[in-house]
Amino acid sequence: MDKITRLASEKGVVIFSKSSCCMCYTVNILFQELGVSPVVHEIDQDPEGREMEKALMRLGCNEPVPAVFIAGKLIGSTNEVMSLHLSGNLIPLVRPYQRAVS
Amino acid sequence: MELHPIISSKGMNSSSTQFVTPSRFGIYEPIHQLGTWGENFKSNGNPNTSTPMIMEVDIKLDAQVQTSEDTSHRTFPPPTKYEQEASKPLKLLQIQRRLVQNCEVARKSRLWKKAYVQQLESSRLKLVQLEQELERVRQQGSYIGGGVDGFQKGFCGPVNPGIAAFEMEYGHWVEEQTRQICELRSALQAHISDLELRMLVEGGLSYYFELFRMKSTAAKADVFYIMSGMWRTAAERFFFWIGGFRPSELLKVLGPHLDTLTESQNMEVNNLRQSCQQAEDALTQGMEKLQSTLAETVAAGQLVEGGYIPRIPTAMEKLEALVSFVNQADHLRQETLQQMSRILTTRQAARGLLALGEYFQRLRASSSIWATRPREPA
Repeated sequence: MDKITRLASEKGVVIFSKSSCCMCYTVNILFQELGVSPVVHEIDQDPEGREMEKALMRLGCNEPVPAVFIAGKLIGSTNEVMSLHLSGNLIPLVRPYQRAVS
Repeated sequence: MELHPIISSKGMNSSSTQFVTPSRFGIYEPIHQLGTWGENFKSNGNPNTSTPMIMEVDIKLDAQVQTSEDTSHRTFPPPTKYEQEASKPLKLLQIQRRLVQNCEVARKSRLWKKAYVQQLESSRLKLVQLEQELERVRQQGSYIGGGVDGFQKGFCGPVNPGIAAFEMEYGHWVEEQTRQICELRSALQAHISDLELRMLVEGGLSYYFELFRMKSTAAKADVFYIMSGMWRTAAERFFFWIGGFRPSELLKVLGPHLDTLTESQNMEVNNLRQSCQQAEDALTQGMEKLQSTLAETVAAGQLVEGGYIPRIPTAMEKLEALVSFVNQADHLRQETLQQMSRILTTRQAARGLLALGEYFQRLRASSSIWATRPREPA
């Protein structure tokens, strides 16, 4: 879906979420802890939410949300993010987007 | 039923009339019974010839123990020499044959009774064990069916079959885990090959993953049960975090046992420790948010006819979210274990697994040690 692709490429770290989803909140918190401020799109508050949900499922996600994109590329859902982080491979991916330490 | 002696050493040959009067001698009944028992004996292949049976009976009667309640043999005295002669009245032979059969029945009856008593004993033992198990489960605050239904009050024990199955499986899991720990301990002391040790390590890790799979299934049956940790000892529950042990706790337990780490291993373990803590913090905060929204959902529920029915769709979503948190916490535990296994050498990993297993064993034991400690008089 064009909208997904467009939104995913707008910023370094993009999370598609739902306002009621606590797991999406968890993933957001994790990125915050890594010094990253992801852009969060709440698809349940988007008029095209249904199509976005379907598009995300088509991309191969078991759950439509949270769907994490880094540098426009789909990383996956919570499982993938956690696995990447514990194997030490998440930080290198988000390094360009970490907040500058003052 | 008392039986009068029908064979005496005295008037044998003139006693034909004695055997016909049931009231005086009461032998009709047993003989009548023997008639049917005799059929059984025939099918058992007992010989029907009198002579060898009489010799046999001699021995059997002498060897009788008078403890059985079986009355059919009690008062028969040993046959005298008279009975051992071949030329006897037919009636006498018949009596003797029945006597022998009677003894055979008595013997079999004693054996059967012994077996029955043994079965009763083992059933009684099993019952005691089951009662103890039930008591243990009750003391742990065994799961009492979901919901606030009044008619389920006072009914102890698992109502949910998925949870009942899980409790049993978990019991077996702990037993097998204990055995694996012993095996690992012996293996490390025996200095087996690295390949064999690797197999034990992989097996040990897979066994933890097996528990996570079991928990995932049980969480779908009743997520609150898994979250409450009622299936674990009180000491374990003290350290509980989203349905199990904290991944960061795992690393703390392993720490002292990994004194032989190289510089690069040390760095990797430190990185793992940090990322583990961050993931844990994120999940904890997500969990807190879920708890507060779930509380709101419950609080906003509508009372219908005295019962309580929450807003069904939202409640279901929240419960599913709870399941996903339990799964994610287990996923974190699994990843932590796998990363440690990757960073460490086989021998280090084996020592680590042993330390972890022993830690959980001590934790499980400390509940009962605390409960049974000697207390000061009040």
